[in-house]
Amino acid sequence: MNTNLYNYILGLADNSLILGQRLGELCGHGPTLETDIALTNIALDLLGQTRSYYQYASSLKGEEYTEDDIAFLRTEREYVNCLLVEQPNTDFAYTIARQFLFDSYHLLVLTELQKSTDLTISAIAKKSIKEVNYHYRFSSDWLKRLGDGTEISKEKMQEAINSLWTYTNELFLPTEAELAISESGVGVNPEVLKAKYYDMVQNVLEESCLETPESKWFQKGGKQGIHSEHMGYLLSDMQYMQRAYPNMKW
Amino acid sequence: MEQNSSIDTTLYPILEQVSDPEIPVLSILDMGVVRKAIIENNTAFIEITPTYSGCPAMDVIADDITAALKHAGFKSKVKLILAPAWTTDWITARGRKALEDYGIAAPLDAEADKAVLLGNKQLVKCTNCGSNNTHLVSQFGSTACKALFKCNDCQEPFDYFKCLK
Ligand SMILES: [Zn+2]
Repeated sequence: MNTNLYNYILGLADNSLILGQRLGELCGHGPTLETDIALTNIALDLLGQTRSYYQYASSLKGEEYTEDDIAFLRTEREYVNCLLVEQPNTDFAYTIARQFLFDSYHLLVLTELQKSTDLTISAIAKKSIKEVNYHYRFSSDWLKRLGDGTEISKEKMQEAINSLWTYTNELFLPTEAELAISESGVGVNPEVLKAKYYDMVQNVLEESCLETPESKWFQKGGKQGIHSEHMGYLLSDMQYMQRAYPNMKW
Repeated sequence: MEQNSSIDTTLYPILEQVSDPEIPVLSILDMGVVRKAIIENNTAFIEITPTYSGCPAMDVIADDITAALKHAGFKSKVKLILAPAWTTDWITARGRKALEDYGIAAPLDAEADKAVLLGNKQLVKCTNCGSNNTHLVSQFGSTACKALFKCNDCQEPFDYFKCLK
């Protein structure tokens, strides 16, 4: 098995799975019916994308290790999602800030992956980018609406951006798998997306009447399996059924 | 694309009986999710592609296809493919009409769709009274493929099938 390819796919998939799980928590709890439905629709897209990646990963590893095993039966240190996506739904401003900061990155990655020399990855990227365009439209829309809204909405939006900013730099610190896989043309080295990302994000923040944080101190670790304190709670929720009833199916 | 050449004419009427469980008026052929349907050694080989990655209807559609073919005397193999990615352009003219009759506004072309979803233009026609005087309520509607609109004239809410290209 090509371990770098396998780990690379897990990186892509875990980001989508964990963010999907976070958004899924809002099902029935969104601030309005429309945003509730929008957020869970986005969760569903992300989950669908995750399944495509895990099915591919499972085929690389051997069929006895299924997509469900990958999704539900790993330990915390074996998940390689970035720290950003596991951050909690503190309030609607945080939910939107996290989504916007991730969507911007996701779009740039998928744009590159459409050109992947690996046909499965390029197929998943071409499919997913259509959906992520809608996610980005939703999150950047709300960012503008709240940033350029009332005094309170602006303050909350700014606070959420400031707080989550510390997780953005990790997106661009390449893992061993990302370095190896980008050399073969299968994946993308995130370092090359960094300047474009911060440009893109800064433009939308300006349009939203929000400040771009100046902090130069960043958190890292998720992509190496070292997660924030929130991750364990998320996993215990997500893995409960498979742990309590091994091999159960709907 | 009314008649897809990669769909065997014997299988056509059978597949036409299968519909998307979330939009029962639309056959999977009119939806454009069947990309290939051929017969080899009395086994039907069907390739379907999802509208959206997370579309929960795909498993049901695959099961319904297998059941319909079995009923017609065929063994079958249904395969899910991702490329080329589905686009709303593959919905047939008959499919668009069925959507409208069902109360779901059919997708506009990509440019118009963008203008509409950004709230710049009123181009989506109310499926109840036909007025263009409508507004976007939410970019995401009852399923991933739809947005929620409301008519400013008759006040009815309705779904709009988002353009996916
Ligand atoms: Zn009307």
